[in-house]
Amino acid sequence: MKKQRIDVSRRDFLIHSTVVGAGFSLGLILPVASRSAFAAGGAVPVSSAASEVNAWVEILADDTVVIRIARSEMGQGTLTGLAQMVAEELECDWSKVTTEYPTPGENLARDKVWRSFSTGGSQGIRGSHDYVRKGGAVARHMLIQAAAEQWDVPMEECSVANSVITHKSSGRSTTYGKVAALAAELFPPEHIELKAPKDWKLIGKPVKRLDTDDKLNGKQVFGADLQLPGMLNAAIKACPIFGGKLKLFDASKVSNMPGVRKVLKVGDNAVAVVADTWWHAKTALDSLPVNWDEGPNVSMSSASIDEVLDQGLTSSDKVFVGNQNGDAGKALKGAVKTVQATYRYPYQNHATMEPMNATAVWTKDKCEVWCPTQNGEVALEAAAKASGLDIKQCDVYKIHLGGGFGRRGAVHDFVTQAVQIAKQLPGTPVKLLWTREEDMAHGFYHPITKCKLVGGLDEKGNLSGLHVRISGQSILASIRPQWLASNGADMITFQGFHAEGDHAMSYSVPNLLVEHAMRNQAVPVGFWRGVNINQNAIYTECFIDELAHAAKKDALEFRRQLMKDHPQSLAVLNAVAKKSGWGTATAKGVHRGLAVTKTFGSYVAACAEVSVDKKGKLKIHRIVAATDPGYAVNPQQIEAQVEGSFVYGLSALLYGECTIKDGAVEESNFHNYPSLLMAEMPEVEVMVMPSGGFWGGIGEPTIAVAAPAVLNGIFAATGKRIREFPLVNADLRPG
Amino acid sequence: MFKLKINGKPINIDVEGSTPLLWVLREQLGLTGTKYSCGIGICGSCTVHINGEAVRSCTVPVSTLNASQDIVTIEGLSADNNHPLQQAWKELDVPQCGYCQPGMIMSAAALLKTKPHPTDFDIDASITNICRCGTFNRVRKGIHMAAEISQKNQKNKRGGA
Repeated sequence: MKKQRIDVSRRDFLIHSTVVGAGFSLGLILPVASRSAFAAGGAVPVSSAASEVNAWVEILADDTVVIRIARSEMGQGTLTGLAQMVAEELECDWSKVTTEYPTPGENLARDKVWRSFSTGGSQGIRGSHDYVRKGGAVARHMLIQAAAEQWDVPMEECSVANSVITHKSSGRSTTYGKVAALAAELFPPEHIELKAPKDWKLIGKPVKRLDTDDKLNGKQVFGADLQLPGMLNAAIKACPIFGGKLKLFDASKVSNMPGVRKVLKVGDNAVAVVADTWWHAKTALDSLPVNWDEGPNVSMSSASIDEVLDQGLTSSDKVFVGNQNGDAGKALKGAVKTVQATYRYPYQNHATMEPMNATAVWTKDKCEVWCPTQNGEVALEAAAKASGLDIKQCDVYKIHLGGGFGRRGAVHDFVTQAVQIAKQLPGTPVKLLWTREEDMAHGFYHPITKCKLVGGLDEKGNLSGLHVRISGQSILASIRPQWLASNGADMITFQGFHAEGDHAMSYSVPNLLVEHAMRNQAVPVGFWRGVNINQNAIYTECFIDELAHAAKKDALEFRRQLMKDHPQSLAVLNAVAKKSGWGTATAKGVHRGLAVTKTFGSYVAACAEVSVDKKGKLKIHRIVAATDPGYAVNPQQIEAQVEGSFVYGLSALLYGECTIKDGAVEESNFHNYPSLLMAEMPEVEVMVMPSGGFWGGIGEPTIAVAAPAVLNGIFAATGKRIREFPLVNADLRPG
Repeated sequence: MFKLKINGKPINIDVEGSTPLLWVLREQLGLTGTKYSCGIGICGSCTVHINGEAVRSCTVPVSTLNASQDIVTIEGLSADNNHPLQQAWKELDVPQCGYCQPGMIMSAAALLKTKPHPTDFDIDASITNICRCGTFNRVRKGIHMAAEISQKNQKNKRGGA
C-alpha cells in the first residue's frame, strides 16, 4: 500500500549533509548545522539521493545508512550504542552506517517523533531502547516490502542481511539503497515484532565507536570551535557573587582596544565584550571597569553554610523521610552497641574540558543556536525564551560535547546569554565562549551535604537498626522545583536509600529511618555525573564498613548477611571479591576496600587496593569493578565508561571542592581545582556481567563505588576514617 | 607582522605580539584542533610541538616565536590520520568526548620522539594532560601500542632497503 508522497516541508528535512555541504562549506561534519537557513544562505538544495524511510533511518542510493540520534554524544558512546540498536533491527551493513542529530525544532514540527532528547541520568540507551529498535525494525519491514512489491512476490518470501534483500526462489536480490525511495512512500506496518535478545548480532558486540576518526586529527568541531560567516566573538563576566547584579561598566575604557565592536549588558548580572576575535574580546573584558551590586549573599561562606548544615543534622524543621521500616529509634535504644559517624561532602564543579559556549544569530523572524547540549529541547526552550520569538521560529543545532557530566543538561544559561547578546546585534552570528574562570565561578555545582549515621548492633554483631540523617542542599529545589514531591521533598536526595527501584538499597536493614533536612543555599546546584549517589554511596558503604569493624566481622561477610534478598547486588559484590582475591594476602603495605550499590538501574561493586606511605601519600594500585546493567549493548564502551567514571569519581574524592568566600566560589582554574592525572590512575579491571531482563545505566553507576572502596582501603591501611572530603585536605599518615 | 612556520608552511601573522600562539592558531589560521580549556598552561589541551617539543600554546606569546622554529599542530601530525599514535588510538577507541585528545596525542608524540619505548614511569612523568572523561588507561595502552607500531614500521623499512 502506498501513501501520498510526503509534503514539501518534510522533503526539506531530508537533505543530507553531503549535498548541503556545497551551500555552506565549513569543512565540518555538521549536517544539522548545514540545514540552517542562515548557514545555507536560504538556498537549500533538495536532495533526491537520500530517502527517509522513517524518522530514524535515511538511506542513500549508495547504501549509506544515516541513523538519526536524538540523544547527545558527550564521550559516553551513546551515539554508537543507539546506532547499534537501530542497525540490529534494520539488518543493515554496519560498515555503511553514519549518524546525524535531528534538531529539537524538527522534533517539535514533527510532533515529537524522536521523543526525548535528554541525555542525562544514564538514560541514553535504557530510556529509548524500545522505540529506537522499533524504528529500525519498521524501516526494515518497509524496505523489504518495497523490494517485494517491485518483484511482485509476497514479502514473507524475502530475506535480508547486511542491507541486501534476497528472494531466494527467483534468485533476485537488491539493496536498501535501490529500494529506499520506494520504501519511503509506503505506510509503516501497524505492528512490528522486535528480535529476542538471544537473536541479537550487533547488540552486545564490542564494535568500534563511530565518532573516533575526527577526534584524532583535530577535525571534530566542538561548539568552541564553530565558525560561521561574519561571526563575532563574545567574552562574558557575570557577577561572581551569587545573586549579585551588574551595576555599571565603563565601555569607553575598552572601546578603542583592538577588534572591539560592542560592550553589552547581558541579562541583569553580566557584561560581555563582543569583538572580531575571542582573544580580543577577552583581553578587553579583562580591562573593563565593572561595578557590581553585590546583593544579599555577600556574607555567605563555607563556614556559614556548614553551620546551617550542622543544625540540619539534629533539627526537626523541614525534614523529609525517604525510606523507613520498623522502628529505628527503638532498635537503636535496644542495641548492644551503637556506632555513630558524621560525613561531609563538598560542592564540586563539573569542569568539562570544553568551557560553556553557544553561538547564536537573531533576527526579528528567527533565532538559531549552535551549541553543545545534553538536551536539545531544553536548549531550544532557553533560546526561545531569550529570543522573545515563538519557539517555532527558533532552532538549535547540536554539536558533540567536549564533556557534559550534567552541566549542559537541565540548565542552559550559556544559551540564554548567547541569545541575549545576539539579540543586540541583529543578523550577526555571535559565538559566546566562557573562560575557565567564568566556568568555575558560575557552575550548577554538585550539592553540599552532611550526613549523620547511627547504627545499632545486636548481641551477635548483626545490624539491628540504622538512622541516616542527610542535611544539605536539594538539586530539585535549585533547578527543577516542579519535580519536588507534593510535600516538598526532593526524592532524588535519597538515591541509594530507596526501598525499591533504580536506586534501591542493596541491604535489608531491619529497622531503618532515612531522612533529609533540606537546607538550601544561594549557591546554585545541579545534576553532576552520579548526582546524589556519589556521596550517598560513600555514606552507606563507609559506614557499613565502620559497623563491620565495630562488630569485629569481615567487611564482605557483614555485607553478605544483609544481602540475602538482593541477589543481583550480591552477585557483583561476590564477583569483585573473588577477582580481587578478598581474604587472601596482598603485596606488603597494600590493603583492600569494598563497595557495592544499585544505582541508575544497574548493580555495581568495586574492590580497591591501596597503600599509604609513612608521609601519608596515598597510592591507588588497582580497582576491580563489576557492573550488571541487565543488557550490555557495547561491552568495550562499558569498560571505557567504568574506567572513566573512576577518574571522575576519584578526582572528586581526592581534589574536588569548591569553597565559598564572600558569596562567591574561591577556586578559579585547574591550579586550585585539580583533576586526577595519568600518574595517579590505578589499574582498572572491569567485569561486565549482563544478567538480562532489564536495562540499567552505564555512564554513572560505577562512579559511586570508586570513592568508598578507596576510603575503606585507606582505613584498612591506616586505621583512619576520613569523613570529610576532598582527601587532599586530610592527614592520611598512619597512626 | 610575525613570521612563523606552521605545519611546514611559512605564515605571516598580523596580530598584537602578546596574542598567545593558541589564539593565533585558532582564530587567525582556523586550526581549531588545538583546544582552549584552562588558558594557564596546566591542562594541556592546547599542546603543540615547537621544534619537536611539547608546548602549552596558550601561554606562548606570538612575539616570542620566529620563522626558524618548526611549529606542528594536531592537523600537521600526519598526512592521513596514520601517525602510529592515531592508528593505536583508533584501534583502542581511546577518545571519549575527544576534547583533550589532540593535546593528549601531541604530548604523547613528543614523548615518543625522545623515548621511542617509554616505560609506564616515563608516561606518568610526561603525560600531565587533564582528561575529565578519564581515558588515561587507554592512553597508556595507546602509547605502548604506538611504540610497537613504530618499531614494526622501522623494521619493515630496513627490511625493504
